[in-house]
Amino acid sequence: MDTLAPDQTRADAHENEAELTRQHAREQWSLLSLVIPALLTIAFVVLLPVSWLFYLSFTGDDGGFSLENYQRMVEYKSYYRIFITTFQVSILTTLICIALGYPLSFFLAQLPPRWAGFFMLAVLLPFWTSLLVRTYAWLVLLQRQGLLNELAMHIGFWSEPVKLVHKMTGTLIGMAHIMLPFLVLPLYSAMSKIDKDMMHAASNLGANPVRAFWSVYFPLSLPGMVAGSLIVFILCLGFYVTPAVLGGGRVIMVSNQITAILENQFDWGAASALGVVLLVATILILYLAARFFKFDAALFGRN
Amino acid sequence: MKDTEHTSTALPIRIRDLTKRYGQMYALKSVDLDVHSGEFLTLLGPSGSGKTTLLMAIAGFNRPDSGSIRFGDKEVILTPPHKRDVGMVFQSYALFPHMTVAQNIAFPLKLRGVSVAERAGRVEEALETVQLSGLGDRNIDQLSGGQRQRVALARAFVFGPRILLMDEPLSALDKKLRERMQIELKHLHRKLGVTTVYVTHDQREALTMSDRIAVINHGELVQLDTPEVIYNRPASAFVADFIGESTMLPLTRQGGNSVFLYDQKIGTVEGPGTDWTLVVRPERLFFAGKQDQSDDTKVIMTGILQETVFQGESEMALVGIADDTELAVRFGTGAQSDGTKAQVGQQVAIVFHRDDAIIIPGHGLT
Repeated sequence: MDTLAPDQTRADAHENEAELTRQHAREQWSLLSLVIPALLTIAFVVLLPVSWLFYLSFTGDDGGFSLENYQRMVEYKSYYRIFITTFQVSILTTLICIALGYPLSFFLAQLPPRWAGFFMLAVLLPFWTSLLVRTYAWLVLLQRQGLLNELAMHIGFWSEPVKLVHKMTGTLIGMAHIMLPFLVLPLYSAMSKIDKDMMHAASNLGANPVRAFWSVYFPLSLPGMVAGSLIVFILCLGFYVTPAVLGGGRVIMVSNQITAILENQFDWGAASALGVVLLVATILILYLAARFFKFDAALFGRN
Repeated sequence: MKDTEHTSTALPIRIRDLTKRYGQMYALKSVDLDVHSGEFLTLLGPSGSGKTTLLMAIAGFNRPDSGSIRFGDKEVILTPPHKRDVGMVFQSYALFPHMTVAQNIAFPLKLRGVSVAERAGRVEEALETVQLSGLGDRNIDQLSGGQRQRVALARAFVFGPRILLMDEPLSALDKKLRERMQIELKHLHRKLGVTTVYVTHDQREALTMSDRIAVINHGELVQLDTPEVIYNRPASAFVADFIGESTMLPLTRQGGNSVFLYDQKIGTVEGPGTDWTLVVRPERLFFAGKQDQSDDTKVIMTGILQETVFQGESEMALVGIADDTELAVRFGTGAQSDGTKAQVGQQVAIVFHRDDAIIIPGHGLT
C-alpha cells in the first residue's frame, strides 16, 4: 500500500486546524451580517426618532430643560380623563377579544389541521383588508340608518334607532373586530400544542369534562392567552384610526390627543411628553406581565 | 364522590361483538375477548391493527359502533371515561406539566375527595412503589424519560383501580431501560394484582411480560393464548411471521392425512385443505451430526451454505435448500458452539426435531 510518511500527515493535520477555525469564524460572521440591515433600520427609524421625542418632551418654550410638559399632564384634568379612556378602551377590547377568541381558538384546535387551516383563513381574511376600510364599513353598518339598526327594528328588538357609533360601543365593536386575530393566532398555536392525551388522562383519572377543562386545559392554554392578550392590549393603547372614526370625537385616546395637540397647537413638546408616558406605561405593563406569567415562555409558545 | 379503597380486588373484562368502523374500514370487527381477573394480557399487533382502538374503547375514549364491554357484571360501554375507574398509562405519559410530581399523582385522589392528609400518605406510598421517593416536589420537565414513566405509572394505580390499561408505555425508552422496566412492570403487576391490558407492537415485550397474548390483525382477534403456545404453536402464518423469526416452507399432502416436505414425511394434519405450510424457527435448526442420520425423531435437509452473519451473541447461517428457498439457522458463537466449519458454497446438512415442526394451514403469507 502507498502510505505517506506519518510525520508529514501530522503536519498537514495541524495546518488544517487553523483553516477549520477560520472557516467557522467566517460562517458566524456571514450569519451575523444578515441582521445588519434590520439593526440599521431600527436604529434610524425607531431609536433615533424616539430619542428625539424624548428630548423634545423635556424641552420648554424657551428651548431649555423643563418639566412643564409633564406638569401640565398632572395639572389638567382632561389629560387624566384621556389616560383613563385609553386604558378603559384597551382593557375592554382585550376582554371582548378573550370572550370571543377563546372559544373560537378552542374550536379551531379541535379540528383536523386541514379544516383548521380553512377556518383560520376566515379569521385572517379581515387582516388583508385595509384598516380604514374595515373601520368605515363598521360606521356604515352601525349608524342610525345602518344595517344593524334596520334589521333590529324590522325583527322588533327595538323600535327607535339606537345610537351605536360616535360613542364607546361602536369604538369597542370596531377595535375588537380588528384585534381578534392578534389574540386568536398565539392562542390557537398554544392550544394546538396541547397533547390530546392530556384531556384523556384527566378524564381517565376521574375528572368530568368541566373539571378537566379548568384543571388541565385552561392552565395549559394560559400562556398563549396571556401572550395574545398582551399583544392586543398594547396595540390598543396606541390605537388611532378606529377611535377617531367610530368614536366621533367622544372617545379620545392618547393617540387622538397627540394628533389634536399637533394639529391645533403645534406643540411638539406636549405631544412628545404624551408619547413618552404611553411608552413608559407600556414597558411597565410588559415588565409586570413578564414577572407574573413567565412571558418569554408564552411568546415562544412553550407549554 | 366515593372513596375507592386501596385494597380493591381485580375485575375481569368481558368484551363481546365489539365493532368500530372508520368509514368503510373496520378498526374492530366484532371482537370477543375475555380478560381474566388479575391477569396480564397483552394486545399485540402491527400498527393499524386495531389494538390501540380496542384499548381506547375499554378506556372509553372512542365510541364503538356496537358491542358490549363489561367490567365484572357492569356494562360500561355507555359509561363516560371519567366514571369508568380504570387506571391508564399513556404512550406520551400525558403528565400534567403545570403540576409537580406529587400533584400529578394526587390528582385522581383529589377528584375522589380523599382528604389532604391521606392524599399525602398515598402519594408517598405510590412514589415508593415506583422507586421515586423524595422526588414529589420536582417539576415534570426536571425528570428523565424513565422517571416520567414511573410517575405516569404511579398516577395510574394510586387511586386503586381494579383495571389497569397501558398503551405502549415503554416505547419512548431506550433498549436497556425498556428491558429493565419490563421486569419492574411485571413485579408491580404481581404486587398490585390488578387486571392489566397492555398494548404493544413489540413481540419480544409481549412474550416477556404477558400471562396471555391476544394477537390482533386487521381489527380481528387472530389468536389468544399463553406466550409459549403463541410462539411454539402459532395458529396462522401471520402469527408465525409476526412473532419470532421463521422460515416457511410449502408442504404437500399425500395419501390422506400425511404432509411431506419434498419427499420426507413431516407429520399428519386434520381437516380439509390441500395446502399446508411448515414453519421452522432458526434457533430450532441445527447442523446435522453423524448420530442424527439414524434418528427417527429428526428431519434432515441438505443445502448449500450461502452466507454466515455474525450478530454478537449468535450467528446466522443462510442455507439454500432449493431454488429460491433459504433456511435461516441460528447458532451460538461461544467456545462450545455447535456451529459449522463449512465454507460458503459448500454442502451442509440441516436437522430439526419433528416436535419443533409447526404445521399451519394455507399457503404461508401469500
